[in-house]
Amino acid sequence: MFKNLMSWIEYRMPFMEKMNLHVMQYPAPKNFNFWYFFGSLAMLVLVNQILTGIWLTMNFEPSAERAFASVEYIMRDVDYGWLLRYMHSTGASAFFVVVYLHMLRGMMYGSYQKPRELLWIFGMLIFLVLMAEAFMGYLLPWGQMSFWGAQVIISIFGVIPGIGEDLTLWIRGDYVISGATLNRFFALHVIALPLVLVILVFLHIIALHEVGSNNPDGIDVKRPNDGQPVENNVSDKFTFHEYFTKGGKKIIVDAIPFHPYYTVKDIVGVVGFLLVFCAVIFFAPEGGGFFLEPPNFEPANPMKTPDHIAPVWYFTPFYAILRAVPDQLFGAIFMFLAIIFLALLPWLDRCPVRSMRYRSNLHKWNLINFCISFVVLGVLGVLPATPTYTLLAQIFSFTYFAFFGLLWLYSKNEKTKPLPVRLS
Amino acid sequence: MLKQLLAAVALVASSAALAASGHVVHLDKAPIDLTDKESLQRGARMYQNYCLGCHQMEYQRYSRTFRDLGIPDEVGMEQLAFTAKKVGDHIKNAAPKTDLAKWFGAAPPDLSNVARVRGPDWLYTYLRSFYVDSSRPFGVNNEVFPMVGMPHVLQELQGVPSKMHETRLVDGESKDVYIGIVTDGTGELSTEEYDRAVADLVNYLEYTGEPSKLESRSLGIKVMIFLLIFFVLAFLLKKEYWKDVH
Repeated sequence: MFKNLMSWIEYRMPFMEKMNLHVMQYPAPKNFNFWYFFGSLAMLVLVNQILTGIWLTMNFEPSAERAFASVEYIMRDVDYGWLLRYMHSTGASAFFVVVYLHMLRGMMYGSYQKPRELLWIFGMLIFLVLMAEAFMGYLLPWGQMSFWGAQVIISIFGVIPGIGEDLTLWIRGDYVISGATLNRFFALHVIALPLVLVILVFLHIIALHEVGSNNPDGIDVKRPNDGQPVENNVSDKFTFHEYFTKGGKKIIVDAIPFHPYYTVKDIVGVVGFLLVFCAVIFFAPEGGGFFLEPPNFEPANPMKTPDHIAPVWYFTPFYAILRAVPDQLFGAIFMFLAIIFLALLPWLDRCPVRSMRYRSNLHKWNLINFCISFVVLGVLGVLPATPTYTLLAQIFSFTYFAFFGLLWLYSKNEKTKPLPVRLS
Repeated sequence: MLKQLLAAVALVASSAALAASGHVVHLDKAPIDLTDKESLQRGARMYQNYCLGCHQMEYQRYSRTFRDLGIPDEVGMEQLAFTAKKVGDHIKNAAPKTDLAKWFGAAPPDLSNVARVRGPDWLYTYLRSFYVDSSRPFGVNNEVFPMVGMPHVLQELQGVPSKMHETRLVDGESKDVYIGIVTDGTGELSTEEYDRAVADLVNYLEYTGEPSKLESRSLGIKVMIFLLIFFVLAFLLKKEYWKDVH
């Protein structure tokens, strides 16, 4: 009965065929390490945001008069409303944590290099949309920081010569941030951007499965089949989809089927992540004032500016670059360049070796320089702009951009180590 | 290397939190305990008697407070909810907002979330830091919140407070240093009793800031235990499957 039903469906829509292609017979390198958890975790957080978001929408009222009160209604009067809200607010920060680590993984093992450039570009687009999504979501509780943070970020667009002022007016839908802004941000936050995000994630995975997953060694697991037998090849035990073997033209070495091996492994990652995630949700939902900022428990008041306005932590590295440049326009340009350069990595890095394991010490130090610059800029973006902090922000903005410049310079003729033949 | 880096980041972040707080005053740690229902009940009573006249809690309902504090609805309605008609009403007053703003210079803020905005330690220190200052409209000023528009409504409990100074040697110069508040003893409560009463009130404000906090903690422990067991099982399952690979 069930079998008949399945073949009836299969004839009309090849469901099992696609499942085999993308899950059960998809060859994944056998040596994925800790860093490879963050892709599946990003997906988990996306699902969490969508589900909790739907339920929050049921009680949220997107108007300047009712937004703050309706969030308090969710927190106090809706059954488990507090849990839904904390899952959503903590999820926003968790999303950036896992995405930043996911991106760092790509940089460590050269996952952006040929032939995965498009995959990386889709990832960068996801990152951009995610930032817009988070920014618009943060206005919705209509607290003091929602209001003034949005004020600061929207005013960045005002520095564009000629069209700046009109552009901010167009974004706000009003001369100041108002109910009109809240309404359109709500529409974009709950419908438009999530839709774009889901489509981009779909494309990201399709692009991934076309070129195959990279791995910590950065060597290919699909190789031309020269007829020679490969010793101790774990892949011989398994069946892979013929799409990947190209009818025997390719041989798969040291890869295992994604399901069940990486599904069971990812469950361990998911539970490990949930241990941290739930600890925050249940015991420290404000995240030390970084996930939910104290001034945001006061309703938005256009007449009263908070003592210190800082964007949420995940924007602060870019915010620090913006403030480090004395000129507003150039500050905004450098802030956008900080993201553009990341997107250009596949072309800035000219080294044929992918993984940092087999690249020069210079490259390893440069990667460490990038991480330190990014973290320090993030910390500085939270702090008020004193002369000392501004000087530090300038220094670390320089080292941030120096990462890309240096990479372009040394990667062409880099002294690399010999690549292994097989995955370690 | 990584540890040192993390320590450095933590250090900078904590100084960031300090810098963000603005006016720097030493804050006393509020001795509060959300599981102490009697303290919360005393705090709720104080709130109704001394605060509600001007400060609403427009997001909190009487029914929720009664349920969480273990007060039967009838008792609560009779003894605490003077202005409410129904137990489901929000904790509001009948004071005209525009007049309040005129009388005090600024509208008294809603206090539902005040503990989340200011923190319990700030509130605990603030309410114990009023002192006599004849230059102010209500004759009092506040060490934690200078030039505050609020009169010292708890004066009948605390007595008339004044600042205490001590001459100390600072960098080779003798200076008058603020060391605390002393009262003239005309209040209904002793200093210890007054501190206790303020702590009860702050405890109640901490509760109303996040009424779900106790529920959240007890549910959280169950979730964490579940996840720990799940983690072990998931790890064993992975190990079993991966025997094929290794």
